[in-house]
Amino acid sequence: MAHSPTTPGIAAGRLAKDAYRGNFADLYAPLGPHEAIVAADRCYFCHDAPCITACPTEIDIPLFIRQIQTGTADAAARTIFDQNILGGMCARVCPTETLCEGACVREAAEGKPVQIGQLQRFATDSLMAADTHPFVRATPTGRQIAVVGAGPAGLACAHRLALRGHDVVVFDARKKPGGLNEYGIATYKAAGNFAQREVAWLLSIGGITLRTGVRLGRELSLAELQDDFDAVFLGVGLAGVNGLQIEGDDYDNVHDAVDFIARLRQATDKSKLPVGRHVLVIGGGMTAVDAAVQSKLLGAEHVTMVYRRGRDRMGASDYEQTHATSTGVRIITGASPVRILARDGKVDAVEFAYTEEDRSGMRLGDETFCIPADQVFKAIGQRLDDAPAGLTLDGAKIGVSAGGRTSLPGVWAGGDCVSGGEDLTVTAVAQGRDAAEDIHAALMGLNALAAE
Amino acid sequence: MADLSSDFVGIKSPNPFWLASAPPTDKEYNVRRAFDAGWGGVVWKTLGQDPHVVNVNGPRYGAIWGADRRLLGLNNIELITDRPLEVNLREIKAVKRDYPDRAMVVSLMVPCEEQAWKEILPLVEATGADGIELNFGCPHGMSERGMGAAVGQVPEYIEMVARWCKQTTRMPVIVKLTPNITDIRYPARAAKAGGADAVSLINTINSITSVNLDTMSPEPSIDGKGSHGGFCGPAVKPIALNMVAEIARDAETAGMPISGIGGVTTWRDAAEFLALGCGNVQVCTAAMTYGFKVVQEMISGLSEWMDQKGYVSVAEVSGRAVPNVTDWQYLNLNYVAKARIDQAACIKCGRCYAACEDTSHQAIAMSPTRVFTVKDDECVGCNLCVNVCPVEDCITLEPLSAGTLDERTGEAVKPGYANWTSHPNNPASTTAAE
Repeated sequence: MAHSPTTPGIAAGRLAKDAYRGNFADLYAPLGPHEAIVAADRCYFCHDAPCITACPTEIDIPLFIRQIQTGTADAAARTIFDQNILGGMCARVCPTETLCEGACVREAAEGKPVQIGQLQRFATDSLMAADTHPFVRATPTGRQIAVVGAGPAGLACAHRLALRGHDVVVFDARKKPGGLNEYGIATYKAAGNFAQREVAWLLSIGGITLRTGVRLGRELSLAELQDDFDAVFLGVGLAGVNGLQIEGDDYDNVHDAVDFIARLRQATDKSKLPVGRHVLVIGGGMTAVDAAVQSKLLGAEHVTMVYRRGRDRMGASDYEQTHATSTGVRIITGASPVRILARDGKVDAVEFAYTEEDRSGMRLGDETFCIPADQVFKAIGQRLDDAPAGLTLDGAKIGVSAGGRTSLPGVWAGGDCVSGGEDLTVTAVAQGRDAAEDIHAALMGLNALAAE
Repeated sequence: MADLSSDFVGIKSPNPFWLASAPPTDKEYNVRRAFDAGWGGVVWKTLGQDPHVVNVNGPRYGAIWGADRRLLGLNNIELITDRPLEVNLREIKAVKRDYPDRAMVVSLMVPCEEQAWKEILPLVEATGADGIELNFGCPHGMSERGMGAAVGQVPEYIEMVARWCKQTTRMPVIVKLTPNITDIRYPARAAKAGGADAVSLINTINSITSVNLDTMSPEPSIDGKGSHGGFCGPAVKPIALNMVAEIARDAETAGMPISGIGGVTTWRDAAEFLALGCGNVQVCTAAMTYGFKVVQEMISGLSEWMDQKGYVSVAEVSGRAVPNVTDWQYLNLNYVAKARIDQAACIKCGRCYAACEDTSHQAIAMSPTRVFTVKDDECVGCNLCVNVCPVEDCITLEPLSAGTLDERTGEAVKPGYANWTSHPNNPASTTAAE
């Protein structure tokens, strides 16, 4: 072994070859059939269950768990997919402890919720393994809809539209579909090329054409889409990355965490990915955790996350924070970077100032400290860049009304690019699905009928 | 420390826990280990005439399960012992010799002919066994040959065979009853009339545990076909308790010793059988499921409970609940109870709401924040919410004291006792309406 965690600077192959396979495999083994039934037995089948209310896609959780418990996992999966066609990915990436499992009455009763996420994975894996698609498209409507962005919102929208009998063309700027499912989450959350398998399975409903490598504002214009299609759905996500706006932001080895995560996901041989001995991640969200944990898993000796506010304000859930610290990531809160220090043009350390916060806001205090760093990942949020002209924004994101309607007629939007979202896969799925239903109603004149 | 020693129709054992006549008591190897584990006695698996019977060579058991595959009920199609009579007798003698303080009762089933019984009884007596149990209960296989339940379902046969046995042997005679009958009191009365010293019940219940939905065969399936078997285990306990109580409170059989059988799984089950009039209990499925060691929990649990309650002997517990078993018509209609929900214990699952709303009286209100409260003007005190609530003691039924307004009826709760026999709505009322 040429390198080790203590090799100075940035180096690949810090670990033994075998270690990478284990480090980037499924974080948790899926439930076996008996484990699933035991876990399902714990569900109380609550009336008007709080877990359903807590799910942005409102999956009928008690029903699907009962279906697992009675030995019909495929029926359970159908219950899930009826509400959330990306139920497989959501089972893996949802912060269940703040959503369904957080609302589970057994969480209140004994601090141990029903394992809803794992059970959802059990059911969806079971049906998807059969390699059949459980939905049949309605009679063709002859309508064509453009979906821009093959992430969770776009895919959910496209599937629901196809289900209703419409033809859909999905455009995506990247080489592969999936959006953040493919490029934006930690490898161990979607092991086994799950994102691509899920997209292929979703598309097998038929009626959806995928065109990748096509970017809105580059090869595509919204005006053209409006001319060529009966409706347009924008699920473009947030392509822009916020900068630190401090001295040294452009030094070598200062990266955007999202790029690092994307590169990691696409790398077939993780041992070839270079990582620093001292890695510093600035930010407190899921992206920061994914970057920090995976740096550690690549063999970095010291990984530190620094977040400007308190732990309770971090975007990463308690569970994610615990996961980070349990893999050896150190979390520092209440400090903000003021300067990146370089040696020979490469980052060497970052100077932080403690923050002070009161009712009037947050400011930097006088007390500062330095953390050595060979590599810095910025994870302080993404933003919508280059929104198509004519769309009314709400703050920095696309403004939408009910059903995902934008200010432009015939144009709907959903997912991370619209205001009011929670930057969660499951929320994006809900918005894409609901926009599809609204598009369907608008195109088929159902709204007018309902109004009569 | 409570004295668990038991004297059942003169048969002494260090505790009231006997292994019932069943597969675990089929041979010396088993019974020795059962005694070593602490069982107070055994009823040796039923002996019959030679040539010995044969069993099926496929599955003998079927089951139903609760959460985590916890076995709730077991069904079997096994017959009586399939070993030669001589082998069993020799082993019984050897075990009894080595474990003189334990109860050794031998279960018997021979054709319904006096000669058959007169032949086998001296052979059993010669082993030094403490008593015999007449197997009039097995519902499968043997009953088709005119034995087991086929005898137990005809009170005249019970009386006749019991009398033959009492005339032939000095050993106490226990008659084991089948529950596959409309009124358990008739066979019990017949056993008493025949001079039996005691009855034991229940034997297993006719059952098909499940159907294989692929092959359409009942389970357990023997080459694609299934036969009804005998059902036992925790699921049958309520049926057994009722039958025991019926015999204990029947004027004709009151005071007759009863050995309680049917789903005894824990010390608590055993205590309940004792309370309803049993002198001891017999256990099978719990031992078959968990092994002989379960008796140790039964012994320690019963002992601890008796100490807590101040009972010094098993006899003192026996029959304590019998006076409280009555007929519906004598239940106090002036007793009014309402459900009460402990809000601190409530976990807001809403099962009480769903059950009350969809079953019965729409007597539970649900607020937008999932606070569940009882509507006293609708609550009939049915107890369903208590039963479906997953949190023990979260919902309780609390009686209203006399004079309190019952919001459902708009009337004050009446003092004292009044039952259906004198209710004005009863056409046969014994008291004229006031």
